[in-house]
Amino acid sequence: MADEMASEDRGGMRKVLIWVPLLLFLAFIALFASGLFKPDDRIIHSRLVGQALPAFDLPAAASDRPGLSSAQMAGGKPRLLNIFASWCVPCAAEAPQLMVLKQAGVEIDAIAIRDARADVDGFLARNGNPFARIGLDARSAVQIALGSSGVPETFVIDGAGRIAYQHIGEIRADDVPMILEKLRDAQ
Amino acid sequence: MRLILALLLALMPAVPVWAQTALPPAPWADRQIPDASQEREAKALMETIRCLTCQSQSIADSNASMAADMRSQIRERIMAGERPEAIRAWLVSRYGDWVSYEPTAAPILWPLWGAPLLLLALGALLLRGRIRRRRS
Repeated sequence: MADEMASEDRGGMRKVLIWVPLLLFLAFIALFASGLFKPDDRIIHSRLVGQALPAFDLPAAASDRPGLSSAQMAGGKPRLLNIFASWCVPCAAEAPQLMVLKQAGVEIDAIAIRDARADVDGFLARNGNPFARIGLDARSAVQIALGSSGVPETFVIDGAGRIAYQHIGEIRADDVPMILEKLRDAQ
Repeated sequence: MRLILALLLALMPAVPVWAQTALPPAPWADRQIPDASQEREAKALMETIRCLTCQSQSIADSNASMAADMRSQIRERIMAGERPEAIRAWLVSRYGDWVSYEPTAAPILWPLWGAPLLLLALGALLLRGRIRRRRS
């Protein structure tokens, strides 16, 4: 009697277990399908957002602008730190937007990555020069210390020299109001 | 074959574009440290640091300028006496766990470490059931 019940139990269990492989298979299909349709996010944000700028002191990258040190970025007023390079195509595309920001009264400093003075001068002559100071980071050392993964990138720095926001990629025309708001928030 | 050759030839002028800059590579990007044991340490670290530009390569395998700069920086720091794990931690504090290929013991990875043990235990359980049934 007891034996019979046990075997019946086992039969019931088997009936349930038989569906497990199919369910697992469907679960995997669902996982892969969701992976296929999820947009591919390869943007790596800096972990330093919210923290102080790492210390750096860079020589001048252009003939008519001074170099840039991290101490100068803590001037009491929020400002932008643009990471660019003369060899970078999207950097030329964002130049007009930086000019608009400058005309709106924003102070913009820049770091030129793996660049040479003559190339930077040429780039600024072609695209305009919205920068107050431009440091030269010939070996990407400051870029790596900032947790920046490419050019162009723009950091909003608050008055105390902390990184308030990191914008990855070029600033497009419709990003300008957002950047201005981030600057206001960093007051 | 001819098509492949033509394709390769067509790709050749693109090579300097990958360099992304007119500057010569950083001094220690592609030069070994004279001290062999230091070079081994640097190489082992470089093979487990992910390239930011090409994302599925390590910086040891990547031709990207940023990877070259990272290699040079790693070699210089190892030569200055810094420990590889300290350099890794420094990079992780900039880019997050993403930058390191070395798995950590962070709680999010516990299922990954636990799964083999769990599966082994499950296998042992199944085996025990089988053996018992055969005996009876």
